[in-house]
Amino acid sequence: MSISHTLLGLLEAGPRHGYDLKRAFDERFGHDRQLHYGQVYSTMSRLLKNGLVEVDGVEAGGGPERKRYAITDAGVTDVQTWLTTPEKPEPYLQSTLYTKVVLAMLTGRDAGELLDTQRAEHLRLMRDLTRRKKGGDLADQLICDHALFHLEADLRWLETAGSRLEKLAKEVLA
Amino acid sequence: MTAPATTVTPPTATTALLAASGLHKTYGSTAALAGADLSVRAGEVVAVMGPSGSGKSTLLHCLAGIVPPDSGTVHYRQQEMSSMSDAERSALRRRDFGFVFQFGQLVPELTCTENVALPLRLAGAKRRAAEERATHWLERLEVEDVRHHRPGQISGGQGQRVAIARALVGDPSVIFADEPTGALDSLNGERVMDLLTDSAKESRTAVVLVTHEARVAAYSDREIVVRDGSARDMAALA
Repeated sequence: MSISHTLLGLLEAGPRHGYDLKRAFDERFGHDRQLHYGQVYSTMSRLLKNGLVEVDGVEAGGGPERKRYAITDAGVTDVQTWLTTPEKPEPYLQSTLYTKVVLAMLTGRDAGELLDTQRAEHLRLMRDLTRRKKGGDLADQLICDHALFHLEADLRWLETAGSRLEKLAKEVLA
Repeated sequence: MTAPATTVTPPTATTALLAASGLHKTYGSTAALAGADLSVRAGEVVAVMGPSGSGKSTLLHCLAGIVPPDSGTVHYRQQEMSSMSDAERSALRRRDFGFVFQFGQLVPELTCTENVALPLRLAGAKRRAAEERATHWLERLEVEDVRHHRPGQISGGQGQRVAIARALVGDPSVIFADEPTGALDSLNGERVMDLLTDSAKESRTAVVLVTHEARVAAYSDREIVVRDGSARDMAALA
């Protein structure tokens, strides 16, 4: 997830202080990982530098000054581009697993066991997500669905890889 | 995305409701089961997974006493199933087991209520009592509005819910479900699995769930993988 685009999108709804931005982010998107204040302020200073946000006002209080940020026209265009561009389907696990399988074969370890262990771990996570989905609201359900479909695809890859181990071993050990 | 780890260990011989040990079954020259072990405790949902032709349906049939293994044992409540007569095994299946298949399991000439009431009627229950109980389960499975319909007049998802109601109506100890969502789309499959597992948990009914879909297996407490006729309990790896 692009944090800077998400924060920009939140600003498009109206100007906010850094603290309010963090709170809005955590409420809507922070199910798994909440933002650190430092991330908000470093992202804002980068967006300021790039002309995607501007300082809308500064409040002096007892503590440090509180800046209120607003999105610029360039920022709105950036959010629009991000929202309308599809995400690249990332192959994220299989390259690591492929490396591990080949290394297992080269070192005389049981590659099938490795895949089974990974498979058990995948299903364990799917089970937890299924449970979370049952007790969750619609947002939870959609987020869990996405993760479940991806894990299912990984599992199918693990199964297919498992049935091709013998062939792969011949190539790897040739 | 991270989630808390959950590990469910398999039951021991004394805590198992249903336990199979060293099952072998050969059809012609094909070994469908080659030393499969599996055990299930009361109220537990166990998924049986594996590639096509791996022996998972044969394992289910042996566990349910539908097909006798060539060798090996199946114990239900500590009793060896091969020591029972055919009549005793049939009675056990009617009384203690429920079945849900992929499709084609409802009697087409009967209404949904009559289909669900059927196991109770076969066990000698009066029509009115059986149909009252059937209506309760149709309500529980959220298909009471099709109670007067025949199977040909309802959707696949509704049909599976009616089949689950019929499997649960006799208050079984074990439900054997063979690809129960195989003919359904994702959302209908999900609803069927929610209702099946919730109802089974409430009634302390164990479910042996044969599936090749990981999202369906994710409703289980534990999974067994069958490959080349052998069953591996994945809880040992978790």
